[in-house]
Amino acid sequence: MLYQLEGSHAIARTVALCRPGVVCAYPISPQTHILEGLEELIRGKKLENCEYLNVESEMGALSVAIGGEAAGVRSYTATSSQGLLYMIEAVYNASGLELPIVMTLGNRALGAPINIWNDHSDAMSARDAGWIMFFAETNQEAADLHILAFKVAEKVHCPVIVNVDGFILTHAYDRVDIPSQDKVDDFLPPYAPKASLDVNHPVAIGTMVPPEYFMEVRHLAHRKQEDSLAVIECTAHAFEKKFGRNSGGLLRRYGSPNADTVIVAMGSVAGTIKDAVDELNQEGGQFEELSIICYRPFPAEALRNSLKNAKRIIVVEKSLAVGIGGILSREVELTMKGCDVDVITVVAGLGGRNITKSMLKECFNKKSHEKITFLGLRNDIIGKQYVPINGDCC
Amino acid sequence: MFQVRIHGRGGQGVVTAAEMLSVAAFLEGKYAQAFPSFGSERMGAPVMAFCRISDKEIRLREPIMEPNAVIVQDSTVIDSADAFRGVVEKGFILVNSTNDIICNLKNVTLKCIGATEIALEHIGRPIPNAVLLGSFAGLTGILKLESVIEAIKTKFSGAIAEKNIHAARVAYDKTLGEA
Repeated sequence: MLYQLEGSHAIARTVALCRPGVVCAYPISPQTHILEGLEELIRGKKLENCEYLNVESEMGALSVAIGGEAAGVRSYTATSSQGLLYMIEAVYNASGLELPIVMTLGNRALGAPINIWNDHSDAMSARDAGWIMFFAETNQEAADLHILAFKVAEKVHCPVIVNVDGFILTHAYDRVDIPSQDKVDDFLPPYAPKASLDVNHPVAIGTMVPPEYFMEVRHLAHRKQEDSLAVIECTAHAFEKKFGRNSGGLLRRYGSPNADTVIVAMGSVAGTIKDAVDELNQEGGQFEELSIICYRPFPAEALRNSLKNAKRIIVVEKSLAVGIGGILSREVELTMKGCDVDVITVVAGLGGRNITKSMLKECFNKKSHEKITFLGLRNDIIGKQYVPINGDCC
Repeated sequence: MFQVRIHGRGGQGVVTAAEMLSVAAFLEGKYAQAFPSFGSERMGAPVMAFCRISDKEIRLREPIMEPNAVIVQDSTVIDSADAFRGVVEKGFILVNSTNDIICNLKNVTLKCIGATEIALEHIGRPIPNAVLLGSFAGLTGILKLESVIEAIKTKFSGAIAEKNIHAARVAYDKTLGEA
C-alpha cells in the first residue's frame, strides 16, 4: 500500500515486515528515527516475538546482534558515522563468523571536524570488512533493499549493510509502497541458521585459526563474495517478479545508451544526476547515468560490460581517501584497465555540501577535467588557508 | 513542479508543516517530497524546510533555491534568512504577520496573515503551521483545503487535531475573503 512517509519510518516498517527477533538500539544521527520507529512498532505489537534491546554503545549494539544471530535469531541494527567506527571490531567479527546480520547505515561524514551531515565516508571505512554493501537511490529502494538484504544475507551467510543517505533520504518524506506481510513472508521465509549456539547441541563459533588455515578462510570469504554477485542479481529478479518493481541488483543504467560520457555514482545523488542527464541530452548531449547499487561485492564484470563503449567516465563520489584521492573512481579505473577510456574523479557533497543540478551539468559539460575535481570547492578559503610545506627535511 | 520553502524557528512546526504539505499533495494523488534543512533543529533557531509537489516522480535532491511559494512562520527571520530569495515570477509569499511586510520582488503575490493570533484564539498555543497551510491552500489553490485537513489528521489527533483543523479553516476562509 502507498504511503507518504519519512524514509526512516519506511525502513522501520519494512524491517518489521522481515520479522527480526532481535533489534539492538543505540541512537546516533541521522539513523535514530529508524530505531525509534521499530521501538514504536514493537511496543504497539505490530512486530511480535522480537526483543528490542537498548544497549550502552554501538559496540554493544552489533555485539548483541552477533549474539542473537549466533543463537539462530534474525537480528538487525542501524548506525551512522562515528557509531560505525566505534563498532568496527564487531563489524569484522560479524562477517568473519558468517552471521547474516542486516544493518542500516544512515550515511554521514566522519570527524574530526565533527559534522553530522551526509557523505559516504562512513561506508568507505567498512568497505573491506567482508560485508555485502548496498546503496539506495530512493526511499522506496531503501525500504526494499532491506527485504533483499535479509534474503541474500541468509542465503550466502554474510552480513549486509544497507547504505541510506543520511538526512537526504532518512529525513525526507516521500511516496513509498509498503508491501503486505503475506508477500514479504512468502519472499522471506523464517531464518534457518547454518549453525547456532545451543546448550543441548554444543558447537563452537569463532575459534582461533592458526596460520595453516587462516589464508584459506580469507580466500573462501573472497570466493563467497564473488559468488554472491549472481545471488544478488537473481534475488533482485525474484523481487521484481514478486513485488512488481525494480529495486536492488548490481547496477542500474539510465539515459542515452552507448553514450560517450557515463556518470557513475552511488546513492541518492543519482536522482539529481538523472535530471541533469535528461537536460543535457535534450540539449543535444550524449550522457548516461550508472548507479552502483551493490558496492560489495564489487560488480566488476557487469560494470565493465556496461562501460565498454564509454569514452569518458565521470565518477561522482561522496568520499575522499586523503593521500590518494577518489575511492570509487580508483575501483572503476582498475575495472576498466586496458580500455581506452578516461576516468575522472569528482568528489562531491562532503560533509553535506549541497550538490545541485546546475553544478553537475556544468561539470559534466566541461571538455577537459583535472584528474580530481572537488565540486563546489570554495577557492577563496583554500587560497587563504593553504600554505605549501617546503620540501626540506628539517 | 511546484516548490515551496518554509521559514521559521525551531519549535514552530516548520518541518512538520512541510511534511503535512507533502501528505496533502500525496492524498491528491500527486508526488511530493518534503525535507528539512538539516542540522539546525533547535528551539528558537532559524529553520527551513522544503516541499516539492509534482505530477511526476521527483528525483531532484537539491535544496529549493527558486521556490514557487515561500511560507514565513516567523517574520523576524525574513532578513537574516533572506527568506524571499529566489521566489519565481508569479510566485507567492505568505507571511505570518499582522503588520505589512516590505517585499521588493515584482510580479509576486504577497499575503500577510496573523497566524499566531489565529492559533492562539482557536488552538490555545502559538503554533502557526496548520493555520498557515490553510491560508496557503486559499492563496495558491495548489491544494484543496480538505487535503490539508486530512494531512493535519495524520500529525495530530483528538481535540488538538480538531482545533488545528478549525484554525486552518478560519485562515483559509479569511484568505479567500480578502483575496
